[in-house]
Amino acid sequence: MIQPSYLNVFLTFAKNSMIRDMSFRMNFILQCISSLSWAAMNYGLFLIIYQFSDSIGRQTGWGESEFFIFLGTIWIINSLIQTFFMANATEFSEMIRTGNLDFALLKPIDTQFLISFPRVNWAQLANAFLGLAVIIFYLHQLLNDPSKKMDFSIWSVFAYVFFVFCGTVVMYSVMIILASTSIWMGRNQNLHNFWFYITNFYRYPMEIYERGIGWALWGTFTFVVPILVVSNVPARVLAQPLGGHWGLWDWTLATMSVVAAAGSLWVSRCVFRVALKSYRSASS
Amino acid sequence: MDATHWYGRATLWWTFFQISINERLVYRIDFVIGTLMRFLPTLTQVFLWWAIFDAVSSAGSADSASGPDGKIAGYTFSGMIAYYLMVIISRAFSSMPGLTTGIANQVRNGEIKKFLIQPVDMIGCLLVQRVAHKLVYYLIAALPFALVFWMCGDFFVSGWPPPDVMFVFITSLLLSFLLGFYLESCIGLIAFWFLEVTSLTFIYMLLNFLLSGHMFPLELLPTKPIDLRGFVEFMPFKYLAYFPAAVFLGKVEGAEMWRGLVMEVMWVLFFILLSRWLWSRGVKRYSGFGG
Repeated sequence: MIQPSYLNVFLTFAKNSMIRDMSFRMNFILQCISSLSWAAMNYGLFLIIYQFSDSIGRQTGWGESEFFIFLGTIWIINSLIQTFFMANATEFSEMIRTGNLDFALLKPIDTQFLISFPRVNWAQLANAFLGLAVIIFYLHQLLNDPSKKMDFSIWSVFAYVFFVFCGTVVMYSVMIILASTSIWMGRNQNLHNFWFYITNFYRYPMEIYERGIGWALWGTFTFVVPILVVSNVPARVLAQPLGGHWGLWDWTLATMSVVAAAGSLWVSRCVFRVALKSYRSASS
Repeated sequence: MDATHWYGRATLWWTFFQISINERLVYRIDFVIGTLMRFLPTLTQVFLWWAIFDAVSSAGSADSASGPDGKIAGYTFSGMIAYYLMVIISRAFSSMPGLTTGIANQVRNGEIKKFLIQPVDMIGCLLVQRVAHKLVYYLIAALPFALVFWMCGDFFVSGWPPPDVMFVFITSLLLSFLLGFYLESCIGLIAFWFLEVTSLTFIYMLLNFLLSGHMFPLELLPTKPIDLRGFVEFMPFKYLAYFPAAVFLGKVEGAEMWRGLVMEVMWVLFFILLSRWLWSRGVKRYSGFGG
């Protein structure tokens, strides 16, 4: 049996999606504008909040510049997810309902790969660039602020990219697990909603949950569904004044991030396989 | 117009109403879960604002029994959370998911013809349908809402408002339903001219989110360099979320409150007339696409 070249298949997917996006150019531009304006509004909200307060939480180190680096990180991860996986996960749910998954199962290529990547939503990448711009701007601010002792080297950049990658893997796994549940439920119309509600928790620094019943959320979303690590670890690498002199806790978090990425990917693979076994096709 | 004419209309609308009610009851479990999930973002908001208030309060007060003692734009921490909870109530009345796109799609694919050949008024039918949907929604959502508000009772420091405020509050909620309905219908009817209103709907959603007070209390809006705070006073959006909530919480009182209510009535009338006008003009230039 011939082994398909996964990279080439992916590149073909990416190219086809690009061709498709470019044939509806106006729509492409509108989509970019639309996701950019949601991000801008989010930015506006926090600009307003920082008019009234100079930090989110007391002594947490999330001042204005630091927090906007966090926000930029969220935009990047979100946009990667939406570019590469969101449309595909929705499509996967739809394939299960209509029975079109039969065709994916027949192809001589890994099914999870095939359903995860066919459509690349290039327009959603706009927010990643915006996030990058915001991060560079505020990092510059931080580095020029004599009151903040920042450690920044080329290694921070590598570490950042690495942890963003780990985070994206975790989010991808969560999404595949959610999408796989459609096999059991027949149809998962709430996929988008579920996704929205889950990502709601990872959009803020984890310090805000460190009180009262918040600790329960903190524990759940750090260790069980590790989505707090997704956003917090990369953002801390760049933004936290302590970035250079990490304590035990920071190292634990960073390790968590890697473990979470590997672990969640493995769990998602298992869930996907088990779910596929219950697939009974549909229609004719 | 004789009596049979009105009798005919009434039975017609009653039938529409029943169909819509049954349509909604099909998905009741989905509904209850969906309603409870709606409060999840509020949970994160509680912790986010807790942290923000922590930074502006005196040390240690954030974790004391009485909560952080600082104030932001006239809001205490409890006041802020109470505001977000009340906005969910306002939005339960004023939000009209799918109305704009529904109308636009009907215009585009020609389904709207059925309203042109039958003696049935489209906007009226849609209104009856929405009333039915909302009623079912309140019926099913009442329990989850009661649960959440009971658990969050402590955030409402001053308790129930006096009867006259309560009256204005409920009236403004009912009006916000009408305002939301007619405003979004008008945007949908623009499809007679543009066919594709997705980007228009998007702009509306964005403005609504920002200017209605859905995102944060309008008091937080800056007055410099542009007076956004003053600007929203002249917009219809604030009646969709901010106004009922602010009335309930005593942020808008006395003469100002009654003036707001009158303004809201004006906006409702304005959009009713506008939708009538758009409909009559639109139908004239309608060219009937689709089969």
